[in-house]
Amino acid sequence: MNKPAQDPLAVAEMAERRSGNAFMATLRRDLKLAIRHRGELANPLIFFLLVITMVPLGVSPSPKTLAVLAPGMLWVVALLATLLSLDGLFRSDFDDGTLEQLLLSPQSSYINVLAKVIVHWLTTGLPLTLVAPLLGVMMSLPEAGYIPLMLSLLLGTGSLSLIGAIGAALTVSLRKGGLLLSLIVMPLYVPVLIFGASGVRAAIEGFAYNTQLAVLGSFLALAIIAAPLAIAGALKMSVNN
Amino acid sequence: MSKAVDKQSLSISLEKLACQRDERLLFTGLSAEIQAGDVLQIIGPNGAGKTTLLRCLVSLAEPSAGHIRFCGQRLSKQLFEFRRQLLYLGHLPGIKSALTPAENLRWYAGLEGDGDNLDQRVELALKEVGLYGYEDQSCFNLSAGQQRRVALARLYLSQAKIWILDEPLTAIDKAGVAKLEQRFAEHSEAGGIVILTTHQDLKLESLKRLDLQDYLPTAEHMFGGVE
Repeated sequence: MNKPAQDPLAVAEMAERRSGNAFMATLRRDLKLAIRHRGELANPLIFFLLVITMVPLGVSPSPKTLAVLAPGMLWVVALLATLLSLDGLFRSDFDDGTLEQLLLSPQSSYINVLAKVIVHWLTTGLPLTLVAPLLGVMMSLPEAGYIPLMLSLLLGTGSLSLIGAIGAALTVSLRKGGLLLSLIVMPLYVPVLIFGASGVRAAIEGFAYNTQLAVLGSFLALAIIAAPLAIAGALKMSVNN
Repeated sequence: MSKAVDKQSLSISLEKLACQRDERLLFTGLSAEIQAGDVLQIIGPNGAGKTTLLRCLVSLAEPSAGHIRFCGQRLSKQLFEFRRQLLYLGHLPGIKSALTPAENLRWYAGLEGDGDNLDQRVELALKEVGLYGYEDQSCFNLSAGQQRRVALARLYLSQAKIWILDEPLTAIDKAGVAKLEQRFAEHSEAGGIVILTTHQDLKLESLKRLDLQDYLPTAEHMFGGVE
């Protein structure tokens, strides 16, 4: 900083390395925290499992009925499981003061926030995607539906984590923000749900499902670019009061 | 970064600052000049607005009137440079209790973008605050004072020049306080700035004091509305 005649490329490289360090530090910290709070980690998964096992018991065990319900049911419950996990996303950081420290970092909040959301996805969206085929069996999902189900969940849960984090950031300073959080996030989840579930249904009926996947992919791309900015802004507001 | 801030001429100036909290005006017309090498203690009774002032200084809150300048320019325009130089210890310790002291410190170093021989430096910093041997314990096993010390270890780890510390001495024993005073003195001699709040009397030669009681709002401010 004291040498004015620095190579601009070297400066840029330095800045990049610093951002990379900050990203990795936050990613590593949050992963460690997730592993140390294993109980919370299992919550969305257990919810997903429980609800899906109840459906054949409550509705009808006949494979024909279940197969009709399967794509929508699996998607709705995966979405609700994600919603359940959102409230804690920034809560503990807010309570112990690390959130304000994160916002005061000289590295851009975009990077740190993105790292946090990626960890959230790794601990909810990814496991949900991985157990979905198993639950598909329980729901008598026709064979053609498994790959589209996993692909659509893989893309869709990424968007769910990113969009949900905006709601979590807006409500983190409220003591009882749970209901408000759902109200903020639900309408934004609707398009993801529609395209996700309809992709799986199309595949079962023997149609191409790449349109739906493409739409889910573009949702995700848009969310990766825009959501961290919104999250960082919302967090600044929440910490401000 | 075109006009890089010269480390020798670090300065923060407060111009007619007023802050309020929950619609209540805490102080008005606060002007002060803080130069490199200053150690400034902000004093005032509980509820006088010490924490609010510090939060305004680090731009976590907005003053209701007045400006803060960093090296002659508006703070909002120099935010990146300012944050590169800033170490803020808030009212909340900022320590994750499920992580070990070493892991907490490593995250802080990472936030600054710092990654060079961290293990060694973290170990040294923990040794300085008397937590050697505790680096692999979870922080929730530590006492309140020890947790505070984990946060204070950042003073030995960070390269930031501006320290803004909210009650850094709570729950710290006498020997610890003496050691911290020495650390503040070293920092100010090296051209850094320390702004802190505490109810303890510090024995530092270069100490300046800022009493928020001197800037209490008058009746006119109270009833004439805040501009």
